[in-house]
Amino acid sequence: MANLTFIVFCPLVAAALIALLPRTFNVLFRLLALVATFLSLVGAVRVFLALDPGATGLQFEQQVPWIPALGMSYHVGVDGLNAGLLLMGTLVAFAAVCVSREITERQQLYYLLLLLMAGGLLGAFVAFDLFLFYVFHELALVPTFLLIGLWGRGEQRNFATFQITLYLSLGALIALAGLIALYVQAGAGTFNLPELTRQLAAQPLPAAAQTLIFGLLLFGFGILVSLWPFHTWAPTGYAAAPTAAAMLHAGVLKKFGLYGLIRVALPLLPAGAQSWMHLLAWLCLGNILYGGLVAMRQRDLNLLIGNSSVAHMGFAFLGIASLSVVGVTGAVVVMIAHGLLAALSFAVSGYLRQHLGTVNLDQLGGLLRAMPFLGGVMVMAMFAGCGLPGFANFPGEALTLFGAWNAHRTVVILAAWGALVIAAVYMLRAVRALWHGPLPERWREARDARGAWVRLPFVLLLGALVVFGCAPRLLTDPLRPVVARLVPAAVEPGATPVQAGPPAPGRAVETAVFTVRREVAR
Amino acid sequence: MSDVAVIGLELAVVLTGLGVLLADLWLAPAPRPRLALVTAAALGLILLASFWVPAEPARTAFGGMFVLDGLALFFKRFFLLAALLVTVLAREFAAGFEAGHVEYHALTCFALAGMMFAASAQHFALLFVAVELVTVTFYVLVSFQRRRRTALEAGAKYLILGALASAFLVYGVALVYAATGALDFAGVARSLAASAGNRLLVTGLLLVGVGLGFKIAAAPFHIWVPDVYQGAAFPTTAFLAVGSKAAGLVLLLRVLFEAAPELTARSGHLLPVLAGLTMGYGVLGAIPQQSLRRLMGYSSIANAGFLLVGLAARNVAGVEAVLFYLAGYLFAVLLVFLVATLVWGGAEGDDIAALGGLGQRAPALAAGLTLGAASLAGVPPLAGFWGKFLLLKAALQAGAEDPALYTLAAVTIVAAVVAIYYYFGLVRAAYWGEATGEARATTLTPLARAGLAACAVGVVGLGLWPAPVLAWARAAAAGLGF
Repeated sequence: MANLTFIVFCPLVAAALIALLPRTFNVLFRLLALVATFLSLVGAVRVFLALDPGATGLQFEQQVPWIPALGMSYHVGVDGLNAGLLLMGTLVAFAAVCVSREITERQQLYYLLLLLMAGGLLGAFVAFDLFLFYVFHELALVPTFLLIGLWGRGEQRNFATFQITLYLSLGALIALAGLIALYVQAGAGTFNLPELTRQLAAQPLPAAAQTLIFGLLLFGFGILVSLWPFHTWAPTGYAAAPTAAAMLHAGVLKKFGLYGLIRVALPLLPAGAQSWMHLLAWLCLGNILYGGLVAMRQRDLNLLIGNSSVAHMGFAFLGIASLSVVGVTGAVVVMIAHGLLAALSFAVSGYLRQHLGTVNLDQLGGLLRAMPFLGGVMVMAMFAGCGLPGFANFPGEALTLFGAWNAHRTVVILAAWGALVIAAVYMLRAVRALWHGPLPERWREARDARGAWVRLPFVLLLGALVVFGCAPRLLTDPLRPVVARLVPAAVEPGATPVQAGPPAPGRAVETAVFTVRREVAR
Repeated sequence: MSDVAVIGLELAVVLTGLGVLLADLWLAPAPRPRLALVTAAALGLILLASFWVPAEPARTAFGGMFVLDGLALFFKRFFLLAALLVTVLAREFAAGFEAGHVEYHALTCFALAGMMFAASAQHFALLFVAVELVTVTFYVLVSFQRRRRTALEAGAKYLILGALASAFLVYGVALVYAATGALDFAGVARSLAASAGNRLLVTGLLLVGVGLGFKIAAAPFHIWVPDVYQGAAFPTTAFLAVGSKAAGLVLLLRVLFEAAPELTARSGHLLPVLAGLTMGYGVLGAIPQQSLRRLMGYSSIANAGFLLVGLAARNVAGVEAVLFYLAGYLFAVLLVFLVATLVWGGAEGDDIAALGGLGQRAPALAAGLTLGAASLAGVPPLAGFWGKFLLLKAALQAGAEDPALYTLAAVTIVAAVVAIYYYFGLVRAAYWGEATGEARATTLTPLARAGLAACAVGVVGLGLWPAPVLAWARAAAAGLGF
């Protein structure tokens, strides 16, 4: 099962099966979706464990020609950079199917679309053909539109549906223009990423072309990741989306843009990267500070999570803007951590909305007494969001700040404030408003998440956050060699690579996983 | 004799039309509706037969007036497929016509013959005759529902503006002849190369361009489109959007790159500006539309703009993109019109709001509409996406020589995003629009199912395996002599 095609096509094949079944087999739709995403998850775990952390090349590679005339092929593979993302993606996809119990209408279409979306985003993370990479990402566009439109919530649903679709299409098309320009300018007649990398390493593009193309990629991908000031689609879109769609989109799909920047833009256009990084550093400050301040004012839990997710993306951008191995490594850790965190937060918020009918902070309170399990999960998620050590967000954010120190000192100082103070303020206020204080009479009968199946998605996501938080080397060790290759201009003279020192409790887990890896390698 | 062999496909089409017309006289009324199936089957056979016609080497007939090369063959297959699907559409629409069902199919065949001749034109006389054959047939087809006032209005508008365009066209041809003494494309190209800047000749060619711009619905010759599309019956609108536009386009390709390559090479910003205007007008006009056919009319203008991007690139990649774009466009447009026929039938109006609840009462139709609209919007992995992708690629390639193409690529991206807005509006109406009371129950005939399946397979298949059609498009485009 440690086969990338298997991981990607499990959901897609299940989607096709669901399409062929008669309309009344409601139980089977859910079962198929669960099985498919679970198999993908198992496959991704095995790939992650079997990964050789020291290798820089592609592993589990598969390549089949697709459109030879344009130099496109079905080319998938993993290395240290996307193995973690793939694991996170499958985990979130499985959790998203788990929490979809709340959907009772038109289940056939729902699971079909959800699986299409899951297959698309998993494919995007393992594709090593620029074109395949793009096509897989866009596979999720129509499902997102329909999922939000059909099962979405709130008065702004219609507006949010079109806003998110148009924004994402614009971003994707700008990025596509950048990718095509790269293809045309490189003149190699191939969309295959390793080949393009070789070609451009031998003959780099002229600096002016690099600057132009990098700009296209930066803003195209940036729109997809809600780079300030192109972020307004994210909070409204997520607030209107059904829980599973918000989890998949905020958690996984949104990372596509960052992944594209790290995988494509940085290594192929190093000179272009240099010329844009200063601007990016200041824009990401917009994400961190502005997103955080807006989050502070929200009275709707979904909008708060959505805005905080905009803020968290700022750290990933900051890591990229540092153009250093440490910073980019941090950015990837932030991507994974935030994927888990966003999925977890939206899952809790979705549960609250389903059982309480509202997620307005003014109407809630004291729920920790009625819902101790969910409350505990949410409080831990909020702590993770503030960047508390022990959760995966901490090493990620710390590494981005360390990495960016040399290049963007002012930004780092301001961002650190944003991270520590603003995030703490809105997260703690949300905790107080939701869980503490007197329990209103109407919520006295509120049901906590009971039963292993209901708790499973929360436990999985939180568990992954803690494991990667305590043992960040699981992620950073395989990342380092790959990132060092992708960010060639990175290592500044005199700067020593920061060793991501893991807290002591992580040692045991790490040792265990490395032992497993060695065993598998054998 | 050999001349007749070269135009065998066209002859077969004309004979099909005549045969159907005669059979209508002899047959009893009861089996007459089956003539639609006969027509479709005959067109299908001719389409199959076309694959035995070799594209290489190119053959000419009638003293070089007519050519059978890769480009011609590509378009002939395109037109045959379009007419085949339109016949299916017309069969499903039959209840909407009061009478003359068989005449409708015969006229479709005659228009098809005109389009197929257009694909092979090497001579301004053949160009004019082919265009007139198509246009005059469409005068009848547009107002075929003769009791519907909007259909009559559309027919009158199409007649007047079509006649105007024909006047431009024939005037242009006359000027070209006056300036060069030749009407064949090769001769005109030679004169153009010899006497660059002959104003009479340039004016003549520009007027020919105006006439063809009318056919493909390019701004500023698009005024007729929304009204005529709205008034005509669904099959006619579909055939106008696909067949008539492609016929104009193949003639434009031939004139631009065979009759006047030298003029095309120094046309400067004319084509990019026209492309940008057409796209912009189409997408902006489509936003507020309430009627499906009117929306498709504006979308047809926008698509003419997208196609012009490929011509504006003035390279082989651009022509290749145009050909592939048309192939994807054919399936997507016919899919949308097939769904529309099954939803509205011959009803007077076609309010998009009436799609409400389609996702519940007819999931197959809603899925078909979604596929068609998504492909038109250019969402991967559907056929329409490849068209837009290839066009962008061609424009960016050409940008190295003419930076105006970079601007045009930017306009294309913005227009594509706006297009997503109105196409997805259709999807929204089908899935979460308010169900209206008048919704008809829809039962699909086997023919309708087959048509829907064929178009859906075309849209998805061209998206997943574009390589074969891309190879055909490339071979066909290579014949234009870049």
